[in-house]
Amino acid sequence: MWLLDSTNHQSLITNHISLAAFDFSVFLRPSPESALNNLSYLLVGLGWSLLLALGSWVVAFVVGSVVGVMRTLPGRILPSIGACYVELFRNVPLLVQLFVWFFVVPDITPILGDWFKQQVPPIWQEFIAGTACLGLFTAARIAEQVRSGIGSLGTGQLGAGLALGLRRRQVYLLVLLPVAYRILIPTLTSEFLNLIKNTAVASTIGYLELAQRSASMAETTARVYEAFTAATLLYAALNLLVMFLARALERFTALPGFLGGDK
Amino acid sequence: MISIRNVSKWFGEFQALKKCSAEVHKGEVVVICGPSGSGKSTLIKCVNGLESFQEGEIWVDGISVADRKTDLPKLRSRVGMVFQHFELFPHLSILDNITLAQCRVLGRSKKQAVEKAVQLLELVGLAEQKPKFPAQLSGGQQQRVAIARALAMDPIAMLFDEPTSALDPEMINEVLDVMVELAQSGMTMLVVTHEMGFAKRVANRIIFMDRGEVVEDRPKQTFFENPETNRARQFLSKILTH
Amino acid sequence: MAFDWSSIPGSLPILWQGMIVTLQITLVGALVGILLGTLLALLRLSPSRLLSWLSAAYVTVFRSIPLVMVLFWFHLILIPLVVGLLFPGKRLELGFITALTAFSLFEASYYAEIIRAGILSVTKGQFNAGLALGMNRRQVMRLVILPQALRRMIPLLLTQAIILFQDSTLVYVINLDDFFRKAYNVGNTVGTLNEMILFAGAVYLVICTLASGCVRQLHRKLTVPAREIA
Repeated sequence: MWLLDSTNHQSLITNHISLAAFDFSVFLRPSPESALNNLSYLLVGLGWSLLLALGSWVVAFVVGSVVGVMRTLPGRILPSIGACYVELFRNVPLLVQLFVWFFVVPDITPILGDWFKQQVPPIWQEFIAGTACLGLFTAARIAEQVRSGIGSLGTGQLGAGLALGLRRRQVYLLVLLPVAYRILIPTLTSEFLNLIKNTAVASTIGYLELAQRSASMAETTARVYEAFTAATLLYAALNLLVMFLARALERFTALPGFLGGDK
Repeated sequence: MISIRNVSKWFGEFQALKKCSAEVHKGEVVVICGPSGSGKSTLIKCVNGLESFQEGEIWVDGISVADRKTDLPKLRSRVGMVFQHFELFPHLSILDNITLAQCRVLGRSKKQAVEKAVQLLELVGLAEQKPKFPAQLSGGQQQRVAIARALAMDPIAMLFDEPTSALDPEMINEVLDVMVELAQSGMTMLVVTHEMGFAKRVANRIIFMDRGEVVEDRPKQTFFENPETNRARQFLSKILTH
Repeated sequence: MAFDWSSIPGSLPILWQGMIVTLQITLVGALVGILLGTLLALLRLSPSRLLSWLSAAYVTVFRSIPLVMVLFWFHLILIPLVVGLLFPGKRLELGFITALTAFSLFEASYYAEIIRAGILSVTKGQFNAGLALGMNRRQVMRLVILPQALRRMIPLLLTQAIILFQDSTLVYVINLDDFFRKAYNVGNTVGTLNEMILFAGAVYLVICTLASGCVRQLHRKLTVPAREIA
């Protein structure tokens, strides 16, 4: 845990302003934190953020799809379980969930928990806790989107599939989900972008992602402006990249005459 | 072939079907007509189990639809259904729409399925549309593909739920022509429709429903010339004035 | 796996202090956020391209960076800067001010989008009807559009406030003692960290579940039921 004492920085910053000069060469100077220069230090942080985001996304997509589908099934039990899942993971703050995964779960899990605390290197402890937390948290949101995506198809498609003799499982896999996912690409993209932003919360358990590293660099180099500007720009750049890829995916999966494909 | 006996269905408090009974024998074409809200669509959806019902029995080719032990998907694969809004699968090409269930449900090889699909597309007059996707076709074309899709399963009977109600007027005939040919080839058909011209041409019997009940069930000739009930008379006069 | 809940009753006064901070951040953040958000939404919809662009830029900037970074920016740069300019030489406890400012400005960008969508959801036809009756743009907005838009927006605005209530826990990164931080501190000191974390989680769960349940009820009441189709 690091401390940010703003009263110390007040004088540092007023000094900065009087100099009225930004020192971007700070990025090329070696970072006291690692063997790299400061810019590389931040870029590696971006890499760790992205890794956490991708790992969590896999969990979130799979669990979210399952829960979302559960909520559209007939009967009482499965939809209720799905509803409880969503309510639970949406009504507890993300930070609290993270602390539960990082502190509480290893403590109360027999055998495996002890192994986790003692044998697994800290960075991976943080990564696993972060992935579990962000994955299940985001899954709750994805579940709602999948549910409404399937719902928007109406009962007609399901009926048509069943009328041909397909079993419910087949109708979901062959008919409903392929179309629903295409419709959901924009919402899922925005969810992924949220996930990337949420990786910054992992800094509270010491995960050295981009936000944490920018604060750390700010402290060690006293170049607060430069550090944060760089981090902000990197997040923005990642944002743009993801949106570009999402649009490409939309075009790739577009159906002729439908959902934006060519007629 | 299809035997509906005293079927009643409730949606919560509301009773949608009141002791409905009807028989469709092999090779017969039976038309169900009536004002909206009369339960016609609900009834036809009960025949292949897409809608459940609380009372009564429905037998299709000797199999009870409501019996828990009945393999519903298997039964449904033997009875074709055509929907008001076509319901083609938008993410599959026309050809794949027709071969999907053939392969996955009937276990046919892709080659067999494609052969059958092409044959049926020619039958409905859409052979050149093979590689296209549903959204590229007009409503009438889509519905004809939907009929081909259902026929590809070699059904023992065909159910039609208002097949032309969602079509623009100029496309209704191309679909009705296909249905007339199908009827003349001896297919057992149960058709919910407002198209009385079609009924007059190929129907054997007309069933008139109103407010969840089967009000009349007569041979075509007698229904049109001499309806028994006032409700049927009123309905006919409204429909036939166009 | 024995849990020791004994530290909870004694620490309630401390936790309550933290809860007050949390509630203050939530309330100020939501109210200022909605006011500023409304302004941003109206600017975005104004015929002036410059104003519209500025508003869009504001919203885009705040929505593309993590809240944690926004808090860093405010805590380490902007607040000391502004305070240093306004009260030179003084050393103040800036954590709370940072939180209030940062959350207000951050939430404003999210509220702006909700409000803009709400206004746009009232159709152009309504707008034209108002104009046709002789009202000017401002009157149409005030008397026709906004009342209708508000009905649709209120559940979403409240839901965003619940999200804000949860996001307030992130003041952890600027060392401000909100409810969760207090719980964590107590747990750390007494040695019952797990219990305090779980307790805090349970408190949030109960409050947020009740709150979102109320919002759902409100949504049902506000939605004019559609005419029953025969």
